[in-house]
Amino acid sequence: MERIPILRMGDTLLVTIQLDMQDRTALALQEDLAARIADTGATGVMIDISGLEIVDSFVGRMLSSISGIARILSAHTVVVGMQPAVAITLVELGLSLDGVRTALNVERGMDLLRRIREEAPLGL
Amino acid sequence: MTQQYEALLAILDSKEDPLIQEWLAEAAQGGTAPAASFSSDARELLQALRTALHSGPPPRGTPHPGNAWHTLNGVLESLSRSRAARGETAGDTSVFVLALKKALFTQLQATSDAAALAPALWSATELVDRLAQHTVTTFQLAREDIIRRQQEELLELSTPVVKLWDGVLAVPMIGTLDSNRTQVVMETLLQRIVDTESEIAIIDITGVPTVDTLVAQHLLKTVAAIRLMGADCIVSGIRPQIAQTIVHLGIDLQGIHTRATLADALALALQKTGWRIGRVPA
Repeated sequence: MERIPILRMGDTLLVTIQLDMQDRTALALQEDLAARIADTGATGVMIDISGLEIVDSFVGRMLSSISGIARILSAHTVVVGMQPAVAITLVELGLSLDGVRTALNVERGMDLLRRIREEAPLGL
Repeated sequence: MTQQYEALLAILDSKEDPLIQEWLAEAAQGGTAPAASFSSDARELLQALRTALHSGPPPRGTPHPGNAWHTLNGVLESLSRSRAARGETAGDTSVFVLALKKALFTQLQATSDAAALAPALWSATELVDRLAQHTVTTFQLAREDIIRRQQEELLELSTPVVKLWDGVLAVPMIGTLDSNRTQVVMETLLQRIVDTESEIAIIDITGVPTVDTLVAQHLLKTVAAIRLMGADCIVSGIRPQIAQTIVHLGIDLQGIHTRATLADALALALQKTGWRIGRVPA
């Protein structure tokens, strides 16, 4: 089974989703990410989904739950690079991903993470 | 081939010129000004009618392509189109075709005996009516096609996305917000946000006449999609009455930035993006 690589950049973990997600890939990513946040003590998680063209409710829920898991492990999650079609689909599915921060691209996402860390230095 | 059509065919075959002359005279009397193309139109139509009658009696329903009756319909359609292009109404074209009836009757009266006359007249009436009917139908279909195309163009035109400032986009919405419009607005706006990497989108609803729960739901959807993309959204142009309606209907606009005018929305957008604008002291 394919696994999605998790890169570490200082205090931030970077996940780039390049292919369309299978349910099992999504579950594996959730587990790997939780383990990596605990191991590294990262305070930020950035998920780049600019390569994602198709979403279903499962993947939408996965994004929400990753954000929830990260928050419990005292890390902020930012989802970046969502395609217009993906955003429309999620809205039509009724998933507005409340509590998930979003940014237009990786650069803006890094800025946003930095700002959040300044506002809440201790993680939460 | 039944007998009544044979009488018609005999006239079409042998008396073409007097038929056309009387037809044109009758058409001129009917109020339509005779144009130069009338006689060639008439000749072409008669030719097609003769070929069609030679091939068999008129079919029920729409004729198949390749059939002579189908060709006749084609001639009528091009006649209707060219006349509509000259600014004539469907009625004018129909009157021109119906004028053939009088000419046919005169010729039938001269050649048929009393017993054969009635069925021959009936078939002639039926045939000419059918031709006139087809020109009207064609005209109407062409008009409906134009209306449909204009509706689509209107949809495209009515949703421009304009760049107000570096990183600030605006959509002035004009007209009623239905789900079709919302879809088009959402798609174009989100695509422009990606293309220009804008952080803030302003939706101006000054031109939206009424806001009910459905319109509000469409607005909320658009705002949610913009937020998912990582941009911020401001709704502006909310008139006092609309603000009252929104509250009375119990629509929850919590978490959405709203401003009364587009200018206020731009000021908020500039403030959020860190711009400061001031007058140069004179």
